[in-house]
Amino acid sequence: MKTNIPPAANEHQKQERRKMKFSGAQIIVKLLERQGIKRMAGIPGGANLPIYDALYSSSIQHILTRHEQGAGFIAQGMSRVSGKASVCIACSGPGATNLVTAVTDAHMDSIPLIAITGQVSTELLGTDAFQETDTFGLMLPITKHNWMVRCAEELLWVIPEAFRIALSGRPGPVSIDVPKNVQQQIIELSEWPEPYQPKALPPPPMHEVTQMLDMLKNAKRPVLMVGGGVINANCANELVAFAELYDLPTTVSLMGLGTMPTQHPLYLGMLGMHGASSTNLVLDQCDLLIGAGVRFDDRAVGKVSEFCPQASIIHIDIDESEIGKICNPHLAICADIGSTLRACLAMESQAVVNPRWRATVCRLKANNGLNISQNEDLTQPYQLLLKVAEIVGGDINVATDVGQHQMWAAQVFPLRRPRQWISSGGLGTMGFGLPAAIGAALDQPERMALCITGDGSFLMNIQELDTAVEHNLNVKILILNNRHLGLVRQQQSLFYDGRLNATSNRRPMNFATAAAAMGAKGYDLALSDNPISLLREALKELGPCVINAPIPEQEMVFPMVAPGAANNEMILEANA
Amino acid sequence: VNKTVIELKVKNHPGVMSHICGLFARRAYNVGGILCLPMADNQYSQIWLQVDEQERLDQVIRQTNKLEDVVKVTCHTDVDHHVFVELERFFS
Repeated sequence: MKTNIPPAANEHQKQERRKMKFSGAQIIVKLLERQGIKRMAGIPGGANLPIYDALYSSSIQHILTRHEQGAGFIAQGMSRVSGKASVCIACSGPGATNLVTAVTDAHMDSIPLIAITGQVSTELLGTDAFQETDTFGLMLPITKHNWMVRCAEELLWVIPEAFRIALSGRPGPVSIDVPKNVQQQIIELSEWPEPYQPKALPPPPMHEVTQMLDMLKNAKRPVLMVGGGVINANCANELVAFAELYDLPTTVSLMGLGTMPTQHPLYLGMLGMHGASSTNLVLDQCDLLIGAGVRFDDRAVGKVSEFCPQASIIHIDIDESEIGKICNPHLAICADIGSTLRACLAMESQAVVNPRWRATVCRLKANNGLNISQNEDLTQPYQLLLKVAEIVGGDINVATDVGQHQMWAAQVFPLRRPRQWISSGGLGTMGFGLPAAIGAALDQPERMALCITGDGSFLMNIQELDTAVEHNLNVKILILNNRHLGLVRQQQSLFYDGRLNATSNRRPMNFATAAAAMGAKGYDLALSDNPISLLREALKELGPCVINAPIPEQEMVFPMVAPGAANNEMILEANA
Repeated sequence: VNKTVIELKVKNHPGVMSHICGLFARRAYNVGGILCLPMADNQYSQIWLQVDEQERLDQVIRQTNKLEDVVKVTCHTDVDHHVFVELERFFS
């Protein structure tokens, strides 16, 4: 139907007519849509129902999880594979407290996550109302920034600002707590704020680049150490080109896995507590270390005073507060790693070769590599993981949980590209793997999401298997089942005189049956005469499936650097 | 005692004090005194922190600078910054 507009209408009247009325909840949903959010994970409850009412008529797909922690990790999984900010939503009180672990995990690993929580109405704040909790206080130390929104108008700048903060500089989580009456408050507005768009970052000052290249040219035994910052800066290609140009043996932290293909001749593997001996020995001998997008975490560097004892250190990071926090570098470049590497590549085109250093590194790799035996015994962790990798081929996403299985996978699972590896590094959260794999499968349905887990970790968020089944996701769960909290058991074996306590699951559960009960396919390699063919069959499934792979409880991850020890003091076997 | 006074200009809204105090608490930075007052236009507040962190002072300043609500950080290394000296008469 057409309405007659009086021809004499002035600008002011036009403006007035264009004004529309929206509730705070509708504003939130509209701004998320405008920001490009396609799906979000969460659980409704009393204090966020207005947002769910607004979602009813939204283009955003809502993924109902079985626990809010699952929602947080599903959102993380989407962020980790895409590099975009993802959203999770929970109710006040227990909904918010259940999100806390996933938000902390995102903070430790610099993952852009927006956590929206309902809160009791402002007139009830501070009265210990039903499901009231101090979400602002809880989220404060575990986010880049957080708000409690006091009126609907504030949402118009808070939501775009949340995306700016989550995505800019060093990424991280942001929490927005919205009281119910703010969600219900109706306001008039005539135009929407612009969604946040990331901007390209400038290179560092030229003299810093020149100084770095000079140090590189004078180095005889240089090593490149790569962390998650390179993934966040989307510059893995530049990183590999830089390493090749300067002939740099390259090691990665747990968060840097995937930046350099694991088959690359310059690749040294992961360093630190469970790095190959050769990697830690190379670092012991290097005379120049370039740390790119790393924060020198204690699991990576061991005893700081003995880390790379012969080396000058160059530290490149976007976060100024990381410079000098653990290691005092000889040269600090506080800038975007991508633009730094591009500036380096633009200045130099003559490839450098270090044949003597390459020969030393090759010798160390040949003599002090991981101890991988050549057989097809699927009860051996390395053999199992390598067989799975062989069967599934190259282009899958790999999520892990936390524990021995994670370290074995970090050591040997072949990776080809950044964002292929999804693992909880800083916080080390058991229960991360399955929901993170679900997030990966939702965001990239064309790729299998393989969740490598342990029996302990899997049980910590097993309820999300129901979510995977509901959406019939291409999620494969491989349980390295030793019926123990293996990495804790390992520490008790090595450092507590074998006094094993509280690490045995005593009553082994039947994971294949549990999977079937939840509507997924369940396989048990222990029950087959031909486990390899059963493994092949299981990995061909289209929907979610659980593969129980028993391994001996005595298996340990080696090498191991004792917590607090120097990286060159490695334990190589159980009776060493 | 060798104390430093860090002067902050911050956005004045509920929660900003929590962000500052939360940062100092969780990173275990030693704070002796803290004073916070809204500035003339009420849009910003001024905060003075008396800190005892000679070795980690750079870290303290960088971490503080990262807070979204912190607009400006000024570090006074003169031992007896007048703000806290003048406040002393209110304390017994």
